[in-house]
Amino acid sequence: MRVPLSWLAEYVDIPGDATPESVMAELVKVGLEEEGVYRFELTGPVVVGQVLEFTPEPQSNGKTINWCQVRVAPDGATAADGGADVRGIVCGASNFQVGDKVVVCLPGAVLPGDFRIAARSTYGHISDGMMASARELGLGDDHSGIMRLGELGLDPKVGVDAIELLHLDDSAADVNVTPDRGYCFSIRGIAREYAHATGGEFRDPKGNAHLDQCHGFELSLVDPAPIRGRAGMQRMVLRSVSNIDASRPTPQWMVARLKLAGMRSISLAVDITNYVMLELGQPIHAYDLDKLQGGITVRRAHSGETLKTLDGQVRKLDVEDLVIADASGAIGLAGVMGGESTEVTATTKNVLIESATFDPISIARTARRHKLSSEASKRFERGIDPMMADNAAARVVQLLEVHAGGEAGSLGAEYKQLDPIHPVFLPSGYVASVVGFDFGADEESRVLGEIGCVVAEVEGGLEVLRPSWRPDLTDKSDLAEEVARIGGYDKIPVRLPVAPPGRGLTANQKRRRQVLTALVGAGHTEVLTYPFVSSTQNSWFAGHAQPAVKLANALQSEFGEMRLRLLPGLIEAAKRNISRGLNDLALFEEGSVFLPRGEVKATTLLPAGNQRPTVGELAELKSVIPPQPKHLAVLLTGNRVANQVGQKAVAATYQDALAAVIVAVRAVGAEPVFVQGEGLGFHPGRFAEVYVAETHIGVVGELDPALTMENDLPRRVAAAELNLTALYAVSPNVIQASAIGIMPAATQDLSLLVDVNIPAGVILQTVRQSAGELLENIELIDDYRGETIGENKKSLTFALRFRALDRTLTQAEATEARDKAVSAVAAKFNAQLRA
Amino acid sequence: MSANPITASAIAKVVSAALAQIAEAADLSKLKAIRGAVVGDQSPIHTMNASLRDLAPEFKAEAGALVGKARGEINAAYAAAEAVFAAAEERAKLAAERVDMTAVATRIPLGARHPLSLLQDQISDIFIGMGWEIAEGPELEHEWFNFDALNFDADHPARAMQDTFFVDPVESHLVLRTHTSPVQVRSLLERELPVYVLCPGRVFRTDELDATHTPVFHQVEGLAIDKGLTMADLRGTLEHFARSMFGPEAQIRLRPSFFPFTEPSAELDVWHPGAKGGARWVEWGGCGMVNPNVLRAAGIDPEQYQGFAFGMGIERTLMFRNDVKDMHDMVEADVRFSQQFGVNL
Repeated sequence: MRVPLSWLAEYVDIPGDATPESVMAELVKVGLEEEGVYRFELTGPVVVGQVLEFTPEPQSNGKTINWCQVRVAPDGATAADGGADVRGIVCGASNFQVGDKVVVCLPGAVLPGDFRIAARSTYGHISDGMMASARELGLGDDHSGIMRLGELGLDPKVGVDAIELLHLDDSAADVNVTPDRGYCFSIRGIAREYAHATGGEFRDPKGNAHLDQCHGFELSLVDPAPIRGRAGMQRMVLRSVSNIDASRPTPQWMVARLKLAGMRSISLAVDITNYVMLELGQPIHAYDLDKLQGGITVRRAHSGETLKTLDGQVRKLDVEDLVIADASGAIGLAGVMGGESTEVTATTKNVLIESATFDPISIARTARRHKLSSEASKRFERGIDPMMADNAAARVVQLLEVHAGGEAGSLGAEYKQLDPIHPVFLPSGYVASVVGFDFGADEESRVLGEIGCVVAEVEGGLEVLRPSWRPDLTDKSDLAEEVARIGGYDKIPVRLPVAPPGRGLTANQKRRRQVLTALVGAGHTEVLTYPFVSSTQNSWFAGHAQPAVKLANALQSEFGEMRLRLLPGLIEAAKRNISRGLNDLALFEEGSVFLPRGEVKATTLLPAGNQRPTVGELAELKSVIPPQPKHLAVLLTGNRVANQVGQKAVAATYQDALAAVIVAVRAVGAEPVFVQGEGLGFHPGRFAEVYVAETHIGVVGELDPALTMENDLPRRVAAAELNLTALYAVSPNVIQASAIGIMPAATQDLSLLVDVNIPAGVILQTVRQSAGELLENIELIDDYRGETIGENKKSLTFALRFRALDRTLTQAEATEARDKAVSAVAAKFNAQLRA
Repeated sequence: MSANPITASAIAKVVSAALAQIAEAADLSKLKAIRGAVVGDQSPIHTMNASLRDLAPEFKAEAGALVGKARGEINAAYAAAEAVFAAAEERAKLAAERVDMTAVATRIPLGARHPLSLLQDQISDIFIGMGWEIAEGPELEHEWFNFDALNFDADHPARAMQDTFFVDPVESHLVLRTHTSPVQVRSLLERELPVYVLCPGRVFRTDELDATHTPVFHQVEGLAIDKGLTMADLRGTLEHFARSMFGPEAQIRLRPSFFPFTEPSAELDVWHPGAKGGARWVEWGGCGMVNPNVLRAAGIDPEQYQGFAFGMGIERTLMFRNDVKDMHDMVEADVRFSQQFGVNL
């Protein structure tokens, strides 16, 4: 809400030297947060001038300029800039006459947009100033010609300060109004809050005008199907004003205030309705009475009904939309926007003023449905003061009488079916029990009275009737907030509560940290990427058959799915890093993926928020939420070891991805097993499934070069993706220790000649299982292929370490154990022992 | 009786001749070359020692002692010279092994955590230290948990102001959570009272990415429900949190505000003593006493239990705590951003 200071000052005392900043500093104390400052960004000298004579001078470019002599100070006096009293000014506009009073910006003046005025040479003259249009002064859009003060009903003396004359010295404070405080969308509400903040006197503008009763206009509400049981309208006041001159200019002070408050001046009648809305918070609509056909009915729209609204759009109405209708049909979208057919124009003579209270929910739904948030709907949605309808109508009538020459008509009507206001019981001690500070019953009573409540002392506490403009005060906790808000949050003491003894991080929370820490220790860098991906990206690793969650309102429609895997995000991240010249990458990300069990089902279950759902309802709610396991993805490309002193570069390969998986899985005490296979998105010969015991936990390998090339990545990119949730589930809770043998070990190397297609991991497992318990450790140390051992063969060399717990092993015992393994792999895989 | 031929002066002569020879040796090889001549079998002192055998018995004891002492003197001088040369040689060898210690290689590639993820862990640890527990929940939520249970009426303007990502079809009532508050609801539904939980995590709003906004960001929310908790406990908790994060001079300040799920509600400012450009008040988050309607939605009697909740943005905290100037740096996955932090904040 933008609050012009001159306007605020009418209804509450503010210091003479108040600035928007100082006003905001007060308002923030009562919960109105600072948003910004608005000023007419111009400085003088800007004065009233009078055109003495002018000569039109046609130019070669087809334009005609006027060479004008303009008086800018009384005869013989010094002008505001210290110069002569009459100036020669070149003017491109031609909407003026000799004798017109105009606004002259003298050299030294600065207009909005940092437009600096100086005497300058143009079209063969020295133009010693500028005659300004409304737009140039920041007053509106009118740039059709210069401002003629006579047209505004002004006849000031030549040479006076035009900034003050046009109220361009005013400024506005902008504060954020929270959704519970709709009444603060008015000068009235802000002035009241300013009074609370400063203790200054509040003068309610409600009393500015009053209405005589009048009758004779037909008005009815027809709402057989109210939304959520609430009638669409609580109140409406209609008043006629006759014989207005709608073509008169809006008074300049009103234009300036509207402008500072963020509204454009449109026409006198519309400006007055907007002015009253800003002042009192009551939206007003004015109809051209002569265009109305019969009385007014407020009803829900008929099926298929359309309405052309003031913005020129033809809108298809919904049967839930509340409309204002006359005999011709819908003439306005109640509380949101009027219709074009009954619009007030420059030729309107007689108007009908509508000042109503519509149901917030009905208006909110209509505004959202038609994507039409207006100043009126914004106020109705938050709830307005229903007691303001007649005063606001009266204020409009009054202003039309004063400024448009109208006469209050006898025609009018009123509908009034207000919701009762129920008292709220505020037990004594309750505020202290919530806030932690006892303001005392007297202070509670005083504060509640100050914000407009009617407070009665009853047994055990206070009985509080909220004011009509505070529909948000429905519970004792709301009243506690009001007491603390006005009483001051700074009075609340400081106390540190003692939680019951906690159990620290959960096992899985610890596992997550272990995995991330281990990967970082192993030289990987954590990144975070957005979970929004394209369906193509999702298909890279998950195929097209796996359903994905689609967003209804994605920011970029191309990236409208939730990720099924993390790797597409890392591919994007790698692409960006490489584009920035960072080529050696070891990235990882930990995060959720979104795996619906099937197509996302439309469910109608949405329990009410005011009570605990049943066990069945809760189960159903949870069952429709897609599983979101935590994943870990790793991507390596470029060099794993950079070229450096004493060391040639080592390129990152699938081995580094395997290493990352081992690091991550061992970080939670589990042991990965790799099973060669083929996987979507991966190189067909360089891919393995990752298991822990019998549980599949992920994939690892080298990415499909087609995929990497398509993404402007190097051909060789190693990657892995693990389902951490699955991994955690099979991780040991407690590691059981093995005895550490201290007897001397016997080591042996074992070279086996096997078929090239038999995975080394399988051979290793077989050796380990068949060598017996003397085998303490086994490592694959070589995989040799070459002509000497024959085609389709490979020689795998393992380093074996044997040890007995109770004695020194002899080589013979070690050899015996080794030979058991050899016979096992010979039998199973036709492996031959190499000498 | 003949005189003792091994006189003291004869011995002294032999000693000084040997010492002179040792002193003349310029390096280890030269020293070794004279070894035989000064301490070996052919050396004069050795010969003299051997001749003791032929000495008359009455001279043996005295001469033997003198020769022995002289031998010791020569041997010690030789050994000392040898040690000096050996040490010099070793030093020369080491000097030849000199490397440029400033030609630093990077044997171990350094990894890094993302500071947003690190900051959440750090905040979690502060609350773990206070006995709180860390609660988590799904990022893709049911609307009931994200809104209805949190006192956002279906038609409340606050619900529209959240700029929510909805799942297609909208009637599925699934949303990307707009705050971590649904985790509070789940905690109240699932845990035994009293509840003291911290909920860090990812949240989503339909803001376009710019220097200060991102559609995907992180929050941390705290929730305490117990008997007799008041706003004083909220202040105490926030003050302890602020001092743990920003140092012992940090202070907090509450300003009235509005959130559907708290009543009374407040905006939270923190006095940040380490702010770049000087200590100042910084807007940090929102907080308040949990709205009785939220407790009712979880089946808790607000006449018996009450408590407080607070929440703040992790990105915003990182921005003013660590002087990160542009949101783009936090979301673009540039490794340099993570690596400048390493595993620190």
